Amino acid sequence: MVVTLKYFGQIAEVTQKEEEQIEIKETLISELLELLYSKYDGLKSKDFQIAQNHELVTNETAISGAEIALLPPFAGG
Amino acid sequence: MKDKKPKNVFREGPISSDFIGNSIYKHQTKTSIGAHNIFLGQVRADEIDGKTVAAIDYTAYEDMANQKFHDIRESAFEKFELTCMHIYHSLGRVNAGEICLFVFVSSPRRKVVFEALEYIVEAIKADVPVFGKEIFEDETHKWKVNN
Repeated sequence: MVVTLKYFGQIAEVTQKEEEQIEIKETLISELLELLYSKYDGLKSKDFQIAQNHELVTNETAISGAEIALLPPFAGG
Repeated sequence: MKDKKPKNVFREGPISSDFIGNSIYKHQTKTSIGAHNIFLGQVRADEIDGKTVAAIDYTAYEDMANQKFHDIRESAFEKFELTCMHIYHSLGRVNAGEICLFVFVSSPRRKVVFEALEYIVEAIKADVPVFGKEIFEDETHKWKVNN
């Protein structure tokens, strides 16, 4: 499955990009995270939530969406 | 008034007092309204480790953020007897002392607008994916976190 990953704020500083498309065989968010931790040094120590198709998900959620975003702490307002 | 589709809440740069004043003026024709309440979020020149915040550079996951603003709006209309509500949030650089969030609620009666405004602002702070880079006077930065 091809997913689009989006990175914001301090997460984008770690990944050095705001978006990428990757081909994955992983089925759970937790597995995708392991992949990203090995790809990006320093990501594991960052605080973030994950959204799939614009809704927050947990590590146990199955990957179903085309768009997965790593969201650092919110600072609106 | 309810909207089916999410609107774009974001505005580039600070929200001007002219824009805010004009929004109030436009409600003079809506004569069922008896009370407005307004929240203005202003960028604070916090001092952190001896350095002063000069501005906040806002970014957002815009599609999700507009959806969340829409959900907050829908739930506020369900909970409270509101005639109308408007939300505007800045993107990009907003200097200390400038306005980055404008929430405007209106109702026939005053008690409703006090409760509704607090509910809406707290929901925005908690649920909407907006990110703020606090830029210090020496152009170094730190990422802001809502608490």
